[in-house]
Amino acid sequence: METLILTGNHAVAYAVKIARASFISCYPITPQTGIVEKLSEFILNGELKAVFVPVESEHSAMAACIGASLTGVRTFTATCSHGLAYMHEMLHWASATRLPIVMAVVNRTIGPPWNIWAEHGDSISQRDTGWIQLYTSNHQEAFDTIIQAYRIAEDPDVFLPIMVCFEGFVISHTAQPVTIPNQEDVDAFIPHEPWRHIIVDVDNPITHGNLQMPEDWFYEFRYLMHRAMEAAKEKIIRCSIEFEKIFGRNHGHLIEEYKCDDADVILLSMGSIADQAKVAVDVLREEGYKAGALKLRAFRPFPEEELRRVAKRTKCITVIDRNLSPGKGGALGSELKAALYGFKEMPMVMECIAGLGGRDVTLEEEISLLKQSFRMIEEGEEPSGIKWLGLK
Amino acid sequence: MSARKIFQEASEEYVLPGNSACQGCGSTLALRWVLKALGNKTVIVNPASCGCVYVGLYPRTALSVPYIQMAFAAGPAAASGIVGGLDVQGKKDITVVCWAGDGGTADIGVSSLSGSAERNTNYIYFCYDNEAYMNTGTQRSGSTPAGAWTTTTPLGKKESKKDMAFIMAAHRIPYVATSCSSYPIDLYEKTKKAKLIGGMRYIHILVPCPPGWRFDTGLTVKIGRLAVESGMWLLYEVKNGIFYLSPPSRRILESPEKRVPVKEYIKAQGRFRGIDEREIDLLQEMIDKKLEKAAKLDGEPLFF
Ligand SMILES: Cc1ncc(C[n+]2csc(CCOP(=O)(O)OP(=O)(O)O)c2C)c(N)n1
Ligand code: SF4
Ligand SMILES: [Mg+2]
Repeated sequence: METLILTGNHAVAYAVKIARASFISCYPITPQTGIVEKLSEFILNGELKAVFVPVESEHSAMAACIGASLTGVRTFTATCSHGLAYMHEMLHWASATRLPIVMAVVNRTIGPPWNIWAEHGDSISQRDTGWIQLYTSNHQEAFDTIIQAYRIAEDPDVFLPIMVCFEGFVISHTAQPVTIPNQEDVDAFIPHEPWRHIIVDVDNPITHGNLQMPEDWFYEFRYLMHRAMEAAKEKIIRCSIEFEKIFGRNHGHLIEEYKCDDADVILLSMGSIADQAKVAVDVLREEGYKAGALKLRAFRPFPEEELRRVAKRTKCITVIDRNLSPGKGGALGSELKAALYGFKEMPMVMECIAGLGGRDVTLEEEISLLKQSFRMIEEGEEPSGIKWLGLK
Repeated sequence: MSARKIFQEASEEYVLPGNSACQGCGSTLALRWVLKALGNKTVIVNPASCGCVYVGLYPRTALSVPYIQMAFAAGPAAASGIVGGLDVQGKKDITVVCWAGDGGTADIGVSSLSGSAERNTNYIYFCYDNEAYMNTGTQRSGSTPAGAWTTTTPLGKKESKKDMAFIMAAHRIPYVATSCSSYPIDLYEKTKKAKLIGGMRYIHILVPCPPGWRFDTGLTVKIGRLAVESGMWLLYEVKNGIFYLSPPSRRILESPEKRVPVKEYIKAQGRFRGIDEREIDLLQEMIDKKLEKAAKLDGEPLFF
């Protein structure tokens, strides 16, 4: 075990190395590039035994990971923004082939205008591709979640690819101490057993992907994907618990609660905003407000039950979305409301958009947003539309 | 190798009866001979094309080797992944193949193909060229020849055919060849040869297609022969950058009496019905010039 000062990108590269991914294919895009550069270095100096395929596009990077995963090896790629959008078709291909590919998404805005800064809109746009999406808030969590992702993705009850998301620059290019566990412990936590459910094997030839008629099995295949997503909820929780036992860290399960037990207002968000929300909550608590912070780790599968469980105890959930579906609002806000609707004793939900295009979301903004929420519940006001934090 | 010897050696069938190709399909004929040459330790990646249909509907398959269907643009990249995955596991005796149509090759997949060639990926890429998007009902592709009717060129295509084999040769890969489903010995031998070479290999096969080219299903072999005998389609290899005419094409150069006028090839197909006599004469002139150049190039480096 050792502790290194690492950028978010390098932390992820270290995680991929210690997870012993043996096939990596990538295409450069800011702010992701640091991950592959570091991995290339690891491969070159012999620290990581892996094949690296420097493809000519992200579409090809995902296709190459699909090909390699079909031979039963552990694969990795990383991208974001336009690169992730360019991959879209192959994201469906990977999940519907039920391949346990792990990908880091260094969340970045999609242009135009060109904008290389943090936003969750890139991965949120890929919500319906059948990928598990885990959002991380800091360097250590990004590192640990990559390791956990291999365990979850390769679980035979799951067999779905996973995106481990963290924000560009905010995490990718800042440095924090990261504890690197022992190789043996990681090997024991994620032993690699080649999957047999879909495999290229000349001794047991199969044709994969051939045409189906509506009356065949396509519908059932999609049902099974949904079931696997549902099963993944329990697996993600169990993985966090097991991880804590061995490595002593827990970043939350599907969600992470911070002082939510008696909170009247809870700030729900993802990524780095959720880490900062804890500080905002501490400030409010000192001033006597019963505030709490809730971090969503798993956006897919969506933790409806867990959210309802927390929601029941509170009066208002204020949601910050660093993504926008023009004409609707933020994804987390919409999905939270859908999860609460129709159940008794559900709190008010206040939806906010913030930090698009990498605009800084400040501690002061989070504090004042929480105070506004308290004012609303005191005055019995109802939320009127979406709030836009820091809009000029 | 003599035809008799090849038939003895290649008695095993990998494209099984009961596939769902059209009658007289040149593409399945070519695949049959390619697989005879490659044997059972072969993995095929097949991007969207007729190939996805003619192997049969789920849960059946007409192939006895692994056949991975792939997104339209992704064949070469997926093949690169399979090559890498097998490589890292030390599995060295498996031939990885991408089997793609001309649209998947010359149009939507050209970036992925070019990337895999530039990386000199260790696999064989076969383009079966039926000169249009047949899976979707005969739309033009970059590989459709000038003058050909398709549903998106109802008056005949104005632009000329993209020369994919030359484009691939310009990548300086170890082996490039052209062939035709009507010449199984040529195809078999080239595939065998390609199998023994490492790195990126590219074989471009002209495959007549009765519904798309508008000819009777019994004439597939004949149409392919006319393509080669007229010089419309040239059979050659580019080995380590040197251009070699293949015997069927060299034959028409050495014995002009074996050459047929291109008019015979054109008139045999409904897709060229919009071409008039003057255009046929122009085409004949172009072919004459092409053959003259090809004769000079035989045994010479293709590029500097
Ligand atoms: C991204 C994408 N665009 C379009 C299609 C529809 N499509 C499937 S096969 C095909 C044409 C294939 O043409 P070609 O590669 O020449 O193969 P052929 O059908 O002639 O065998 C098209 C357009 C698709 N599957 N994927
Ligand atoms: S359309 Fe042409 S290439 Fe496709 S299966 Fe039919 S004959 Fe073969
Ligand atoms: Mg075609």
